[in-house]
Amino acid sequence: MTTSELTDRSLETSLRGLRTPAPEGLGFAALVETGLADVYAPIASPLGRAFVAWNGRGVSWISAAEPGEFETAFAAQVGRPIRPAAALPDRLARAIERRFGGDRRARVPLDLRGHTPFEVAVWTKALEIPRGEVRPYAWIAAEIGRPRAVRAVGTALAHNPVPLVVPCHRVVRSDGRLGQYSMGGPDAKRRVLGAEGVDAAALEREAAAGIRFVGSDTTHIVCHPTCRDARRVTDRHRVGFPSLGAAKAAGYRPCRHCRPVSVGRAA
Amino acid sequence: MDPDAGLPAQLARDLDASFPRLVAAHEDRLYTIALRLLGERRDAEEVAQDALVRAYRAMAGYPASRIAELRLGSWLASITVNLARNKRRRHVDRHPPLALEPIIAAGFDPPTDDRRGPETTAGRRETKRELADALLTLPPAVRAAVVLRHVDGLSVLETAAALGRPEGTIKAQVHRGLALLRTRLEARAVAGERHENRTSTPRRRAAAALEALP
Repeated sequence: MTTSELTDRSLETSLRGLRTPAPEGLGFAALVETGLADVYAPIASPLGRAFVAWNGRGVSWISAAEPGEFETAFAAQVGRPIRPAAALPDRLARAIERRFGGDRRARVPLDLRGHTPFEVAVWTKALEIPRGEVRPYAWIAAEIGRPRAVRAVGTALAHNPVPLVVPCHRVVRSDGRLGQYSMGGPDAKRRVLGAEGVDAAALEREAAAGIRFVGSDTTHIVCHPTCRDARRVTDRHRVGFPSLGAAKAAGYRPCRHCRPVSVGRAA
Repeated sequence: MDPDAGLPAQLARDLDASFPRLVAAHEDRLYTIALRLLGERRDAEEVAQDALVRAYRAMAGYPASRIAELRLGSWLASITVNLARNKRRRHVDRHPPLALEPIIAAGFDPPTDDRRGPETTAGRRETKRELADALLTLPPAVRAAVVLRHVDGLSVLETAAALGRPEGTIKAQVHRGLALLRTRLEARAVAGERHENRTSTPRRRAAAALEALP
């Protein structure tokens, strides 16, 4: 065909020939951006290599499982299509690493669609527990206005889709035992808390000895044992209490930072 | 047959469940529109993806009745054309344009490369590339009309709706576009016989043409 013989008809046919298939992955990328599909990539975590799934709305899933298992669990729990990505976007990776390092101001958008308002309230409250501290399940229950829902709080934390970013490891049983952990059981929980400066063994020993709250005999303020205010109290002035009631009876008022609560039966 | 039969109604009923079908049905044509308007694959990929995302977000804010009445063919095309226009503006801001039109009008048609074997695959590919390059030399408004009407295959009515112009204007612009394309391709064929030049992009060819100006 020489171009000088171009008729309108052949020109129109040639123009239709300019249709070009979209590059592989374009449509999937659009679905990821809208939050109808996800991608995942590895990241270094305090528990070793973990995988992070995210979409245009935020981080949706974190697990230490290997890729095959990761995809299966994601499909079962979240139900959206998922594909591996080469790496996390730089900004997101930096923000997550800062969160792992205990910086609560690092902005990590979370995609928590599909979860109940109760679960989201529990996870949001857990985000308020500072690095190096722990709170009992009953504390979360009281703080979100559901003081009797201690067991449900435990269940919600076990279903935390984004462990480490939402620090469910900082919530422990009121009797001093660490309790369950979604990302590898009590040993993993002990390890993460240790990395954050919490001496879990000491905490357990104290709880076993019946001490659930700690006060200062100079300030007469009573705290959760890991509250940053309680940790500043020297041994000479440190007073242990088995319950909040006992502390109040001794003339102590609850700390305004860690807001200690009475321990419910179910905890 | 309308390939979107029933899709607007499904999107209106359950946007999240049906949107992947819209993506599968339209990603190739939106990419093609963007590619033929912009000429750069990476730009086209960004524009097509962005168009799909914007379509989703727009529909997420629409009442179901409005989604159900969408004409997806022209609506998605109009989003893509607008995004491509913005992208081209930003691109032009970064790279001051070479005035291709007056150069060609002055008779210094950009030379093209000489590997044109008729009836061979390479030859067809070459012709296809020449046509794609020629499209990029059309004035933007004319180019958009030709791309939607003849590359994408929208009707005159749909093209008019997508570009927000009267049907008469579209007909005139498509007519003018085809005439310009024919002129360009014929000039190019002649130029191709004169030159042994292997420069490839329209911009570089235009630059070469500028060099040749007295």
